[in-house]
Amino acid sequence: MNPILLRPDLLPLIVLCALGTYAARAIPLLAPGVERLPAPVLAYLRFIGPAALGAIAATAVFIGDTGLRIGPDAVAVGAGALIGRWRASLLIGLLTAVALVVVLRATIAA
Amino acid sequence: MSAALTAARKRLLLDSVGVWVSIIIVGTIFGFTARQASLSLVETSGLSAILFAGAAQFAVVGLLAGGASWAVVVVMVWLLNARHMLYAASIAPHTARLPRSVRARIAFLLTDEAFALTSAHIARLGRIDLPGAWYAGLSVFVPWNLATIAGWLAGAALPDPATIGLDVVFPATMAGIALSLVRDAAAARALAFGSITAIAAALLIDPRAAVLIGGLLGPLAGMIGAPRTGARR
Repeated sequence: MNPILLRPDLLPLIVLCALGTYAARAIPLLAPGVERLPAPVLAYLRFIGPAALGAIAATAVFIGDTGLRIGPDAVAVGAGALIGRWRASLLIGLLTAVALVVVLRATIAA
Repeated sequence: MSAALTAARKRLLLDSVGVWVSIIIVGTIFGFTARQASLSLVETSGLSAILFAGAAQFAVVGLLAGGASWAVVVVMVWLLNARHMLYAASIAPHTARLPRSVRARIAFLLTDEAFALTSAHIARLGRIDLPGAWYAGLSVFVPWNLATIAGWLAGAALPDPATIGLDVVFPATMAGIALSLVRDAAAARALAFGSITAIAAALLIDPRAAVLIGGLLGPLAGMIGAPRTGARR
């Protein structure tokens, strides 16, 4: 495969996709008046971080190709997050999750 | 530099190391997947450098491989990345005093991981730290693009991440940072409800809309019983 191949139709497609993505990221940051938002809106915005990141983790762990999936991944990710929080270290949490999922999968397979 | 800022930046640096692990693994898999779908190195790198949105990039490759039309690809990417609007809205009140040109540039870097790092850094400091925000964005952009190239070049020589447990790194990163943002019961409710509604939405509506729905509905649970002032930033 030619590594420097660039099909003429692909670049405009990538740019179009990127424009919509950039708009989603930029519009709220550039909109006027964000510093004068009412308190309930600010309270709502404060909770988007834990809600959205939790949603990403939950769907990655619990949703498989065929629907709901409950397995060692959920235990490992949950335990890793808790230990990471306890030790105030994301890296320790990640290492815990990886080690735990390897052990659990090996145990289940045995 | 204050002790609090130094401590927060040190924590940001440590957290970013964990994020790198996740990014390098997923970015490498993306590069390999794109090559399998007959995208050249330039095309694959173009996706990572210009679109710069992990999940959407996988969707583009999958849809192109399946022969989807342009319109389908574009609409799918825009829908998948609509959640980034929530991220930007969440940090917008902190960036209001930054020049518009700076906000416009930071916006390009606002991926899942960059938002996770930035929002945790803001939560620790109670305000935006511009060098920290740049660091959060670039510490995702640079390894993501390098890993994409490495994955395309290394190809089939790579081991399956699941065989050594590395497939849980991405959800573990997101879960770990989500939990680090929980400072009170209200935030815990937002996290729990956002996660549950996302799972329900994935099962009952569409997995592609799950994160957006969880991210939109979760904060409502947080607001129930939260102080009326709300803006504890």
